[in-house]
Amino acid sequence: MTARSVVAVSAGLSQPSSTRLLSDRLVAAAIDDLQLGGDSVTVRVVELRDLAHQITDTMLTGFAPAELREALDAVAGADALVAVTPVFSASYSGLFKSFFDVLEAKALAGTPVLLGATAGTERHSLVLDHALRPLFAYLGALVVPTAVFAASSDWGTASSDSLGARIERAAGELANLLRAVPRRAPADPFDDFVPFDQLQP
Amino acid sequence: MQFGIFTVGDVTPDPTTGRAPTEHERIKATVAIARKAEEVGLDVFATGEHHNPPFAAPANPTVLLAHIAAQTERLVLSTATTLITTNDPVRIAEDYAYLQHLADGRVDLMMGRGNTGPVYPWFGKDIREGLDLAIENYALLHRLWREDVVSWEGKHRTPLQGFTSTPRPLDGVAPFVWHGSIRSPQIAEQAAYYGDGFFHNNIFWPITHTKQMVALYRRRFEHYGHGAADQAIVGLGGQVFMRKSSQEAKREFRPYFDNAPVYGHGPSMEDFTEQTPLTVGSPQEVIDRYATMREHVGDYQRQLFLMDHAGLPLKTVLEQLDLLGEEVVPVLRKELAVGRPAHVPEAPTHAARVAAAGGPSDSTVYAPADDVTGASPEVAR
Repeated sequence: MTARSVVAVSAGLSQPSSTRLLSDRLVAAAIDDLQLGGDSVTVRVVELRDLAHQITDTMLTGFAPAELREALDAVAGADALVAVTPVFSASYSGLFKSFFDVLEAKALAGTPVLLGATAGTERHSLVLDHALRPLFAYLGALVVPTAVFAASSDWGTASSDSLGARIERAAGELANLLRAVPRRAPADPFDDFVPFDQLQP
Repeated sequence: MQFGIFTVGDVTPDPTTGRAPTEHERIKATVAIARKAEEVGLDVFATGEHHNPPFAAPANPTVLLAHIAAQTERLVLSTATTLITTNDPVRIAEDYAYLQHLADGRVDLMMGRGNTGPVYPWFGKDIREGLDLAIENYALLHRLWREDVVSWEGKHRTPLQGFTSTPRPLDGVAPFVWHGSIRSPQIAEQAAYYGDGFFHNNIFWPITHTKQMVALYRRRFEHYGHGAADQAIVGLGGQVFMRKSSQEAKREFRPYFDNAPVYGHGPSMEDFTEQTPLTVGSPQEVIDRYATMREHVGDYQRQLFLMDHAGLPLKTVLEQLDLLGEEVVPVLRKELAVGRPAHVPEAPTHAARVAAAGGPSDSTVYAPADDVTGASPEVAR
C-alpha cells in the first residue's frame, strides 16, 4: 500500500460553488480509483476564495503569509493535483492564475495534474485546451489527456457522455499516471545550494 | 554588538501633506540624520546607492560618506548596498580605500546586486548576468585590496596587467565587507566562502526566511574553515516607528505605512507587523521585539534600522533617532550582552582588524622614478 496525497485547488467564488462541486467529484473519483488499486490517500482542498487577500498581498510584498504559504507548500508537495476554475472572460479566473503566479516556478514540475473548468454554457469548453493546458505546460506539470468541463446543463442531464462518465475517465487517467511516475522530492534551496566553486564564471 | 541606521534615500511624498522633498532637501536631510545618529550614540550609518528616481541616494556612496566622515568622530560609515554588479570593481577598490584614509578607518561596506533590471544597461551590464557579475567582480575587488600588483583576466571587464589600485588600504588592511541578500542562497554562500559578513535586510520578509538564509551562511562559514558557525559575522536590518504610547505610534505611522513604497497598498499594518520585523509601538515594544532576533539567527554583530523612509518628515525622523538612541539601544545593548558566549566575536572594526593583522603597516606603493613614461608600477619595498 502506498500513501498518496491529492491536493485540489478550487477557484470558485460563490457558495455553493459548481467549481468546488466539480473539484470534489474529481477528487472523490480519483480516491476511489487509487483505493481500488490498494493505495491510501490523503486529500487537501485549497479554496482560493479564502486566500484571495493573501494572494494579492504576496504579489505586493514578495512573501506569502502563513496560511497561503501552507497552501503553496501543500500544492508543491502533492503527489497529484486537481485544479478547477470557473471560466471568466474567455479564460481561467484571475484569482486562479494569480495563485499559480505566486507558486514557485518549478513547484509543479513532474506533478500529475487533472484539469477542470466550469461555466454557464458549454461554448466555453475549449478554455481547458486553449488556456489551462498551456499554463500547466509552462509549469512543467504532467496533465492527463482528459480534462473535465462542466456547464450548467451538465449538472442536470443524463447522456452516454455524461459528466459522471467524463469524471470517471479523467480520474482513472490521473490515478494511472500517479502510479506510473516516480515520487518527486520537494526542492529546498537551502539544502540544494550551489557550492562556491561552481558559482564562479 | 553595533547598532545603527541604514537609508535608501527615497524621495517619497509625505502622504499626510502630499508634498515630496526636493532632492536638495533630501540630501541635506540625510546628512542631518547621519550626524544625529552619532549624537544619540549609534554606531553605524549606512547609505544605499541609487541611480534613478525616486531616490536621492548617492550614485557613489563614498561621496556622501566622506562628507559625513568630516563631520563625525565615532560613527562607522557603511553602505546598504554598494552595487558589486554594475560598478567597476577597480573603482570600488580605489574609492573605498581613499575613504578609509579620510575617515581614519571608520569604513566598511556591504555588497549588493541591486534589484532594478533597467539599471544594468546604464552601466553596460545585463541583469541576467547579475550573479555572475557579483561573483567575478568581488573576486577581483578582494585581490585588488590584498595584492599590490594584480594581473587579472575575466569575462566582465578588460584585463588588468600589473595593475596597482591606489591608494592602498589604510594600515594595509582592507575594509571589512558584508554581503547583503534577501533571498539568494548563492550570496550567503559567497559571504561564507570569503569569511566575510552576511547581512540580511530583514525588513520585507518574515524572520523565518531570514533565519534560513543566516543558518546556511553560518553552516558554510564553518565549512570553509573560518571558525565555528556561531562565530560567523551576521548583520540584520529592521524597521521601527515609535511614540510614547503604542496607539499614538500606530495612528501616526499608519498613513506612511499604507502608502509606503514596496509594501504600501498591500497587507494591513497589523498583518505586516506580525509577519515581518516591522514594529510600530512604544520603545518598550521595540526592545521586546528586537531582543528576540538572536533567538532566530544566533548572537549577531550588527543591527541596523531603517528610520527615514516613506515620506516621514525630517523632524519626525530625528525624534525617532532620539528615541532609538536614548531609550531603545542602551537597553538592547545590555539585554543582548546577557548570555552572549565569549567566543562570539564583536562586530569587526578597523582597529580590531589591524590588531589581528599584527599591527598597522604602511602599504604605500611608490612608483618607479620614471613613471612619466608610463612604466608599470612596481612594489617599492
